[in-house]
Amino acid sequence: MAESDNIVVETAEKIFADLADPQTVNNDKKDSWQAPLWQALSEAGLPLAWVPDDLGGSGASLADGFALLNAAGRFAVAVPLAETMLAGWLLAQAKIASPEGEMTVLPASPKDRITRDADGALSGRARGVPFAKAAKHFAVLAHGKDGASIALVDASKARIETGLNVGYDHSDTVTLNKVQPVTVKPAPDGFDQTTMMLMGGVARSLQIAGALESMLDISVRYSNERVAFEKKISKFQAVQHNLARLAGESAAALAAATSAADAIANAKSFDDAVYLEAASAKIRCAEAAEKGGAIAHQVHGAIGFTLEHILHRYSLRALAWRDDFGSESHWAVELGKLIANRGADELWPLVASR
Amino acid sequence: MTAALRFDPIRLPEKCEQLRKEVRAFLAEEIAAGTFDPHKPNREDTDAPEFSRRVGAKGWLGMTWPKKYGGQERSFLERYVVTEEMRVANAPTRRFFVADRQSGPVLIKYAPEHIKMDILPRICRGEICFAIGMSEPNSGSDLFAAKTRATKTDGGYLINGTKIWTSSAHIADYMIAIFRTSQPTNENRRHGLTQFLVKMKQPGIQVNPIGQITGQYEFNEVVFTDFFVPDDHVLGEVDGAWKQATSELAYERSGPERFLETYYVLTELVRAVGPNPDTRSAEGIGRLVAQLHTMRRMSVSVAGMLQAGKEPVVEASIVKDIGTVWEQQLPHRVRDLAAFVEETATNRETLERQLDFAIKTAPKLTIQGGTTEVLRGIIARGLGLR
Ligand SMILES: Cc1cc2nc3c(=O)[nH]c(=O)nc-3n(C[C@H](O)[C@H](O)[C@H](O)COP(=O)(O)OP(=O)(O)OC[C@H]3O[C@@H](n4cnc5c(N)ncnc54)[C@H](O)[C@@H]3O)c2cc1C
Repeated sequence: MAESDNIVVETAEKIFADLADPQTVNNDKKDSWQAPLWQALSEAGLPLAWVPDDLGGSGASLADGFALLNAAGRFAVAVPLAETMLAGWLLAQAKIASPEGEMTVLPASPKDRITRDADGALSGRARGVPFAKAAKHFAVLAHGKDGASIALVDASKARIETGLNVGYDHSDTVTLNKVQPVTVKPAPDGFDQTTMMLMGGVARSLQIAGALESMLDISVRYSNERVAFEKKISKFQAVQHNLARLAGESAAALAAATSAADAIANAKSFDDAVYLEAASAKIRCAEAAEKGGAIAHQVHGAIGFTLEHILHRYSLRALAWRDDFGSESHWAVELGKLIANRGADELWPLVASR
Repeated sequence: MTAALRFDPIRLPEKCEQLRKEVRAFLAEEIAAGTFDPHKPNREDTDAPEFSRRVGAKGWLGMTWPKKYGGQERSFLERYVVTEEMRVANAPTRRFFVADRQSGPVLIKYAPEHIKMDILPRICRGEICFAIGMSEPNSGSDLFAAKTRATKTDGGYLINGTKIWTSSAHIADYMIAIFRTSQPTNENRRHGLTQFLVKMKQPGIQVNPIGQITGQYEFNEVVFTDFFVPDDHVLGEVDGAWKQATSELAYERSGPERFLETYYVLTELVRAVGPNPDTRSAEGIGRLVAQLHTMRRMSVSVAGMLQAGKEPVVEASIVKDIGTVWEQQLPHRVRDLAAFVEETATNRETLERQLDFAIKTAPKLTIQGGTTEVLRGIIARGLGLR
């Protein structure tokens, strides 16, 4: 695992190691680790890392927050940390203070739309909302006659149909039926649903990259322990080549995700260059989750297919994260349209501008 | 714990962007003057001596080398920008790119001063061409199997044997080659190879062209018969070439030329589908661009590490592995996507001609400069598996 050189990440890694060790978590059938973990994260100010002090958060930089998400991916953390961070960030865009407790954002899919009536009430349906069931509040991006607005909504006002994603985490359908928000304010100029999807997509990319780093790590370790035909399986060239490919997928995911995070952290606006970075990260990380996850399972043999083993905590979650905030198919179509629209002669200049 | 693979999001500094504009302007002038056609990668006249000299005159060869050798003492990242712009434009770089990328740096490290003063400025002026003499008929991936002998004689060595697949040997003025100076030892299979500077176009060397499946002639068989190399043409340690050769690999393997060789078909596909692609084309293009962008960010990241004086051998091997597999698949993916391009697309013929060539080029991409299997072995070593 990459060593952290950043105080936010160091703090988080210590908490994860103490309270969310994947093996302990995996053995705990009653999920009794969740409450202490959330409490420790909250006390350290991590869920509201992206919220400025004056809005109730801890005011970490975008860059530090992104690094934190990557670390959370390395531990396959299954509490709504990323979701609360995104919600806090979204609310802060409209200078809305964040409440305490778990939050999530909606919509979580580019195709869903929440609308805002003339009287301010919100309506609409959002599918695949991560951790909606666990959230006390929702940060909502809504559209009305006078453009986009951002709202804080009490979760108890919504109808929630629970569901589970491929990784066994909550992924719920949230329906708002003329719900009056706690607070609602106009979104900043130019901020729209695409902006939010790109930001959410980069968060998921960093988590996927982190999960792949851990999959590489445990796969290499396992190959150096498991003996077959009187040799460690790591000595078989076919296994070595599989692991080299996993390293490549993990490296590609990490490079794409950290590059996109760096682009957003230093950008003035979500322009075409940021779009290229963020969409590419989601596409490439999703591809890496598929290819890399398959190799990690191959190397682990049957043991990795059991519930007892921790591999699925990373592999299934990485696969599930592909679906949030736009799948790779969605972003590939959108990015392809953007490229085609700008024209062939603009392709290389755009790529080279990053 | 495995060694952490890092690909920090290095950005090219502002002065690189200025340089990029200069390179683009230069290439646009060359294209306008008819030096080369950027849409036609399969030309026969890739050996363009005048073009080389003009690139040299711009100060874009040996850019990172000391000024006393004709270099510019510019950064590795600036060189990166020049390389990728040349590659994307399909410029005829064959005559100078080996010397610029590899041979010059080897000479700077291992050649005696008077040879550096003689040869390096000529490389920088774009006057001379280099070849790399590593492979032999029974020694490719397994370099230690090299048999071509250098036998000590008065004032130098006599060379006997055959090199093969030597790119550009037919136009090269010099070759940097490894020859066997003694037998491997029991403890060290890698012992006994020495690096030499060979002056081509002399008696005792015969260069026989070998045709390639693309229809081009790029590599050769090079036969040495009692060919004399003087003592001061030994590069570095006698019997110690292996160490020297491996440290160059990061430079050879991670550059933009390792994923952009078939890039032109992607641009042409975007042109062919036009501004309003159907879903299938849009998705295909989007994925390819995302993959390209990711690889380039990895490659720039390695360039940044090299600039910082690191030796990212594993990272460079990852970039070459992923990059060459990608550039090999690219023409096939573009072919898939082009199947439904309208008959009326104005560049349809160009695209088809390019695909024809790129598909023929593709098989070599994962072989040249170290095969995929060999690279994965290096990565596995880096992961602590061997
Ligand atoms: C276009 C082109 C240009 C080239 N230019 C030059 C040049 O300028 N100078 C030069 O010196 N060489 C050059 N080469 C040669 C190139 O470096 C060799 O082709 C390459 O190193 C492979 O060697 P080989 O062809 O002998 O294949 P082999 O070594 O015979 O390999 C055949 C197959 O076996 C696999 N293999 C071999 N050993 C192992 C192993 N231990 N584990 C797993 N798999 C293995 C290889 O990966 C490959 O798939 C060029 C090659 C090409 C295609």
